[in-house]
Formats: sequence, structure tokens, C-alpha cells
Amino acid sequence: MTEAPSVPKNRVGLAKAEYRGGKSTLCPGCGHDAITSSIVEAAFDYGVDPQRVVKLSGIGCSSKTPAYFLGRSHGFNAVHGRMPSVATGTFAANRTLIPIGVSGDGDTASIGMGQFVHLVRRNVPCVYLIENNGVYGLTKGQFSATADVGSLQKGGRKNELPPIDCCAIAIELGCGFVARSFSGDPKQLRPILKAAFAFPGTSVIDIVSPCVTFNDHEGSTKSYDYAKEHDEPLHQIGFVPFWEHVDVEIAPGEAKDVEMPDGSRLRLQKIKEEYDPSDRLGAMRVIHEARAEGRLVTGLLFLDPKKRTFAEDADLVEEPLSTLPEERVRPPRKVLEEIMQGFRVGSA
Amino acid sequence: MGYPAVLASLSGPGSSPLPPHVKPLVNDFSLQVATVNGSGSQTANSVLLRAIFQMGIPVSGKNLFPSNIAGLPTWYTIRLSKDGWIARKRGHELLVAMNPETAADDAAAMGPGGVLVWNDAIPRPSVPEDRIVYGVPFAKIVEPIVPDAKLRRLVVNMVYVGVVASLLSIEMKEVEAAIQGMLGRKKKALEMNLAAARAGFEWAAANLGKRDGLRVERMNKTAGKILIDGNAAAAIGSMFGGVTVVTWYPITPSSSLVESLIGFLEKYRRDPATGKNTFCVVQAEDELAAVGMVLGAGWAGARSLTSTSGPGISLMSEFAGLGYFAELPGVIWDIQRIGPSTGLPTRTSQGDVGKLATLSHGDTRHVVLFPSSVRDCFEYGMLALDLAERLQIPVFVASDLDLGMNQWMSDPFPYPEKPIDRGKVLSAEQLARLPKFERYRDVDGDGICWRTIPGTPHPAAAYFTRGSGHNEAAQYTERPEDYVRLVDRLAKKYETAKTLVPKPDVEIRRGSEIGLLAYGTTHWAIVEAREELRREGIDPSTFLLRALPFTPELASYVAAHDRVYVVEQNRDGQMADLVRLEVGAEAGKIRSIRHYDGLPIDARSVVEGVLAAEREGVAVR
Ligand SMILES: Cc1ncc(C[n+]2csc(CCOP(=O)(O)OP(=O)(O)O)c2C)c(N)n1
Ligand code: SF4
Ligand SMILES: [Mg+2]
Repeated sequence: MTEAPSVPKNRVGLAKAEYRGGKSTLCPGCGHDAITSSIVEAAFDYGVDPQRVVKLSGIGCSSKTPAYFLGRSHGFNAVHGRMPSVATGTFAANRTLIPIGVSGDGDTASIGMGQFVHLVRRNVPCVYLIENNGVYGLTKGQFSATADVGSLQKGGRKNELPPIDCCAIAIELGCGFVARSFSGDPKQLRPILKAAFAFPGTSVIDIVSPCVTFNDHEGSTKSYDYAKEHDEPLHQIGFVPFWEHVDVEIAPGEAKDVEMPDGSRLRLQKIKEEYDPSDRLGAMRVIHEARAEGRLVTGLLFLDPKKRTFAEDADLVEEPLSTLPEERVRPPRKVLEEIMQGFRVGSA
Repeated sequence: MGYPAVLASLSGPGSSPLPPHVKPLVNDFSLQVATVNGSGSQTANSVLLRAIFQMGIPVSGKNLFPSNIAGLPTWYTIRLSKDGWIARKRGHELLVAMNPETAADDAAAMGPGGVLVWNDAIPRPSVPEDRIVYGVPFAKIVEPIVPDAKLRRLVVNMVYVGVVASLLSIEMKEVEAAIQGMLGRKKKALEMNLAAARAGFEWAAANLGKRDGLRVERMNKTAGKILIDGNAAAAIGSMFGGVTVVTWYPITPSSSLVESLIGFLEKYRRDPATGKNTFCVVQAEDELAAVGMVLGAGWAGARSLTSTSGPGISLMSEFAGLGYFAELPGVIWDIQRIGPSTGLPTRTSQGDVGKLATLSHGDTRHVVLFPSSVRDCFEYGMLALDLAERLQIPVFVASDLDLGMNQWMSDPFPYPEKPIDRGKVLSAEQLARLPKFERYRDVDGDGICWRTIPGTPHPAAAYFTRGSGHNEAAQYTERPEDYVRLVDRLAKKYETAKTLVPKPDVEIRRGSEIGLLAYGTTHWAIVEAREELRREGIDPSTFLLRALPFTPELASYVAAHDRVYVVEQNRDGQMADLVRLEVGAEAGKIRSIRHYDGLPIDARSVVEGVLAAEREGVAVR
């Protein structure tokens, strides 16, 4: 690379520019672009190897964004709502890959709900992002299934159906990493993303990401103003990667350190009340109460760093299946002879 | 008296002279067993099939079963053909009637000289005088052998095996060997079933005077051969083809393909050093997910397959298009059956071919292979994986229930001599030597571009995959000329596919005006029909179509004949239509013969179809 020596490099020797992608074609101010920036920052900071990342998405404005980050990673813009199956197949082919799945609220909570829940259920390693704007952006603003009751469409129509909460569903399905955030709060989103990179299974991150064109008006519960006013972080999140040792004394009751399997640590600093992300039922209560009171509760909702993953369940060899040589995937001649013998019918 | 003593004391069936209207039929008839689904007759029927096969006689067995776990009628037909015909034969000469519900109809379906072995616990079906009826007290025979009444219901089936063996002179030592082969490991069941078969044999030998003309005589036409179903053959082929990712959603008649594949993989594809799997099988949440996983895996460099049937194919439609445009390898087996889930889902059909040809939206065209034999299933198990990676497309293999789930004779499958073909994949080392990598640049002029797989450790390896809105460098574009260039290249790739798919098997009869054309299991009916047609003074050529796209042999074949009968197992002549489109100006030569009642097609239907059309001299559509 030709960067001047002063350009900072991360632990894998790359500059931040190498985590950027193509130019965005989304509306200026779209929440999704802010998420893209956070992904670039987090991937750079954590030192993700772009050659091992696969960026996968469904269909929607949100699903276009993998073209705008990590230009040195393979990307796959699949079909609407079906990114989870592509992610599963990709990971099955090569368990050393790091899938980042980008989806929208329409892509996940409606057409893709079936595949979403099964990806979570299998615990396929994947950073699964739901860029949640409460509408179908790309098809021009119809309500999605995450729209809140009473939220108003641009034309004034009110949503009457109850919202689907993807975080609650993920927790219910036993997901080991469930977080909610806001595109406008990179300080919270970035450490969450880094923690997700350090997490070996499926991590579900639901990110409120306002659609400036179709859902940023008065009366919408997914607008910038609404999100800012109602955002209630559970904690302040700090991420200490495994290669950094910061031994700061933490006052008991003020903060809590959670260790990730790779040795990185998440430091959760108390804001109002203490929050325990290992308490599944507590997380569900917080989600239900927040919804009833119209609050946007953000932060790391639930974490179980030791959950068994898909690769373990499938009992895969350590190497990628994709590049196993012929002698390891085509059994020898004597095996075929043995099998044929089994189908031979005869008294002789 | 033990059964060897019975054998010695009898001069064998046929000891009493046959009445004049009863013609002897040796090794050339069908027998049908009519039972109730879930009554455990499967093993008994397989024993009969195997015993005859072991006597060296060409056989084929067809299971006709309902969409039900227990209680509905089911039939099993075994055809013996000294000449080696393996298509279904219309009608049967011997009926074992165990099911009161269908006995009357089944018996009525037999012609003069037909033999009825009737369970005397059910009402006696009335049949004309010239049918031969043997009443058998199955309950009485099985009772002393099996004390447990529940078990008796299952074991009673082995009694008819013994009775039929006695009547037809099927050697008891082969029956016993077959039982041993199937139940060898279950000692108690083995003993009981052996005893039941012997009891049936002895009872028949002692009590039934042979009055019919059906007989089995030892031949030597099956030595060294195997009996196998197409789904197991496909599974074996796929394993030797190096499949690494397998996904599925259960559906009859395709489930047994993946189920046997799982069995083979678990036995033969665990890493010897670590015991870990060199494969990954995922039971998906539905067929949309199954095919999404296959294409994701193919994109990431695995050799991947899924197996389904018509309803699943419908669900895979959107992904099939993405796979075509985004150039993603993957193999999709379609074990065809009739219609919707509440159609006749356990009956065979070739009703998906029209849809498979262009499955999905937009200008898609797929490569479809048509196995006609278990050997093809084995070969295409490997070939489909090679073609998918070579051509970077989803490849369909259109089998059917008849081939997939029934037992077919075959020579043992030979070990593949050609190495696995991984297609055009660039490694990091190759990338390092290239001035630049563009995913969709047709550098070789065959429409197939070089790809990289995710995880390739080189900074230039990455590219972005999306449907058709991209240029050669995989950059986003919506320019009309870029799109046209892309789809025209895909069309060129389809031309290349013509040089890679298996060629048809063509037998030209010099001077014949008539050609027959079939694909898949229909082939066996047309080769047999040809012999019958010869007797009628018609000597047609035959064409076994093995794949889409059509290869140039098709046009030559149509050009060389005045009339080409496309024979297939669907109502609308789906392949006939595809052939008409292909041959353009010669489309008028194409006639269509269809068989679509859910039973495997028989030669007679082909002969009648051809004769009727020839007589009328008009195209039948
Ligand atoms: C099978 C199918 N149905 C419908 C569409 C049309 N479509 C494109 S994007 C979209 C909704 C996307 O909404 P969301 O996932 O919330 O993404 P956003 O644009 O809001 O980021 C729909 C319905 C499609 N592409 N495919
Ligand atoms: S329509 Fe909405 S979601 Fe789509 S790019 Fe514009 S602001 Fe973003
Ligand atoms: Mg949306």
C-alpha cells in the first residue's frame, strides 16, 4: 500500500481507508449510512481481517449497504428476506469466515422472519444487523412489521398492528448476543459491533435507523427526534480488545466486566440502575416495559458468551469444507466396492 | 414333513396337466401383491423380488403406495422378464389379494388365465370361470408360528411369499437367502419369518394342486448385478462426487435420497484422524432456505446439493433465478411426483420439466439432467456437481418417483476415473500473478468467467455478488448496454453448456420415417415398445434425451425423420413443446404421447399411442 507512514494501521496492518467501500447511493442523512460508518470504524478498531469477512444481505435500502463498507471483503446481495440461508450455507462451506449479515426491518420481520429465527436457532456465527426504520424504504414508505402501534405514516395513516420485536424473539430463541442501538449513537453502537465481532455465534443487533425520506416526521416513532428523545441506554459500553490490557479498578456496583471467548472484555458502566445482561427474563421484562411506556431502551440486552455454535453442532473439521482436496472428499475405490457389495443380492 | 421332504414328495407344481385354455408362461409375467399400507408387506415383497432375481431372472419391482402411514390400500408389482424389459407392464397375471377393499377390482383387472391367490379371511372376489383361484387360510397357517397377535399381522406377509414360491417354483433356498439378507441381524424376526415362509410353502405344496401356467425357471441373467433404488444411487454418486454441503426439507419421494446420503457420509466421510465431518448436512426450515444454503455454500466454494420434489421446486423458484444471474453453483435434485401436496404425492410423474427449463423470473434457462437408470443417478450425482462448478450455475437433476424409490437392476457402479472438476477458481497465487481480476470478464470466450471464493487470502480476491445489475468488474450498473452484455454472455455460457452436458443415446433405424424420443424413466417403455412396433411393421428410431440444453443431435434426429413422437409422463406434453420450440420450422413433425395416471408408463401405452396416431395421420397434441 502507498499510504504515508503517518497513516495509522490496526493490528492486522491495515489503514481505516481499507475498511471503506463504494460510495453510498442512499438518501443523504439516511440512518443506514451512519451504521455503515460505525461498521467501518468498529472493523478497523477490532482489526477484523477483511479477507475473512463475507458481507451478506437481503433486499432493501439497508441491504444495499454492504457495497459501502469493507470493499476488500466478498459481498453477496441475495434475495428479499433470505440472507440467513445464504449466510448458513456460506458458513457451512467455510467455517473460518466471519459473516456480517445486513438486513432491514422488512427484510427480517416480514418476508424473512422464517429464515431469521432459524438462523438464530442454529446459532450460525454471524453478526446480524437489522437496520430498523419501521418502513419499507426501498418500496417507498409502507409500514413494516416493526412499526409501533399508533405511529403515523407520512400520509397520516396510523399503524394499528402490534410491532414485532426482533430482540425479544432472538432472546426467546436462545440467541447468545442480543443488543439494540440507534444509528445516531455511534459511541454505543461501535463497542457493540466490536463485541459482536468477538462473539462466536449469532449476534443480533437491532438498530433504529431513521428513514429521512419516508419516516422521519412528527408522529413517527422511528424518527431522529423520537429516537433521541426516548433513547434510554441501559449502560455505557466500553470494549477492551484482547490484545490490550487496561487494568483499571472498577468500583463495585458501578461497572461490570464481561469476558468474551477471545479474551476481549466488555465494560458495562451503570447509568441509572444496574443491568445484568446474563438475565434472560430480566431482559424480556425490560423490553416489555419499554414498549408499554414508549421508551427506546438500548444497549446489550442479553449475552451468553458460551453458547454452542452451529460449527460445533455440525461437528465440522477445522478446515474449510470448500477447499478440502479431492482425496478427502472422494472415498477410495474399496469403499465403492464395499457399498456395491451391500447392494448385491445373492445366495452365492 | 419339513419343506425339503415336501419338495421331494412332489413332482413340483405343474404336476397336474394344465387345462387347454391355460397357457404356460415362464419368466415373463407380472405378479401383484395387494395389501394395506402399514401392514409390513414391504419386507415380504422385497424377499420375493430378491429371490427371483437370485434365480437369475431379470426383474423390476414397483411399489404403488398411498399418501398415508397406515390403513390405505397399497400394491407391489414384480415384473419378471426373460428378455430383460424393465418398464412397468400393464396388468398382472398373478394377484395376491390380502386387502378386502381392493380385492374385487384387482381381480377384475386380470385377463383370462389370471391367477388369484386369495386370503380366505376376506370375501372371495368373484372372477370369471377362466381365472384360476387359490384360497389360502393365511390366518390359520401363521397362527402356530407367531403367538403374538400383533406380530402375526406383520409376519403373515411372509406366508404369501412361501405360497407364491411354491406355486411358481421359486426356489426356497433363494427365498431363505433373501430373508437372511434382509433380516440377518435380527435373530428373532429372522426365525419367525423363515418359519412363516416355509409354512406357506409347505401348505401350498400339500394343498394347492397347480392349475395355472405361470412358472419361474432359473436363468443366468443377473449374475454380478445389484438391485438398488435411484435415490440411493444418486446419494452414492454425490458422495463420490465430493459433495460437502447438503441441505434438505423432507418430502416424498426425495427424502430417501438425502437420508441415504447421510448414512453414507457418516460412514465414509468422517476424517480418519479426527473423526470430524468433512461434510455438513442441514435440515432446512423449508425449501427456500434449503436452496439458499446450497447457493450460499456454492458461492463460498463448497460442492453443494439439495433434493426435493415439485412443491419444493416451486418454492425454490426465486433463488433459481438469482443463481442463474449471479452465477452460483449448486445442485438441485427434483424427484418428480404428481402435482400439489394434496394431489397424488406418492405417484410418479414427469410434470416438472417444463417448469425446470426456465424456473424463475426473467430470461433464465437452466441445465437439467434426466437420469433414466440407477446408473445414471450415480453418474449424474458426480456430473451435476462438476457441471455446477464448471458452469457456475444451479444444475437441476430431474429424476422421478419411479426411478428414485423403486428397485432397479444394474451392473455395479464403476469407480470414477476422471478427477473432480472444480471449474474456474482463482487461487491467491494465481491472483498474485494476474495484472487484475474482474469477476465477470469473459477472458476465455466461453461465457464462463473466473471466480474467487471468499476467504482467498489476497487483497484483490474480493468482489460483490448481486443479480444482474453489474458490469464485468462486478460494479453496480443499471446501464442498458451493460445488462444486455451480461445476459448475452449468459446465453453464450448456455451454448457452452451444450458441449458439456451428456449427449443423447440415439439409435437410428435406417429408412425409418418414425422416431421416438423419451427422457428419464420413459426410455424403458419406448425401447420395449419399439420391439412391439416392429411386430406391427413399424421400426422406429429411438432417442434418449439426457439433458437440457438440447444438443445438435436433436435437430439432426428431427431432420432425419418424418414424424417424431415425444413420449413423456405428463398431461400437456411439456417436453414436446420444448422440442417444438427448439426445432422451429420442423415443429410440425413433432407429435406427443403422454401418460399421466401416476403409474409408471408401460410399453403398451406407447405402442397404442403411436399406432393410433399413425392410423389417424394427424398430430395428436
Ligand atoms: C420477493 C420480493 N418481494 C418484494 C420485493 C420488493 N421489495 C424490495 S425492498 C422491500 C422492502 C425492504 O424493506 P426493509 O427491509 O425494511 O429495507 P429498507 O429499505 O427499509 O432499508 C420490498 C418489499 C422484492 N424485492 N422481492
Ligand atoms: S428511502 Fe429511507 S431508507 Fe431508503 S435510502 Fe432513503 S432514507 Fe434511507
Ligand atoms: Mg426498513
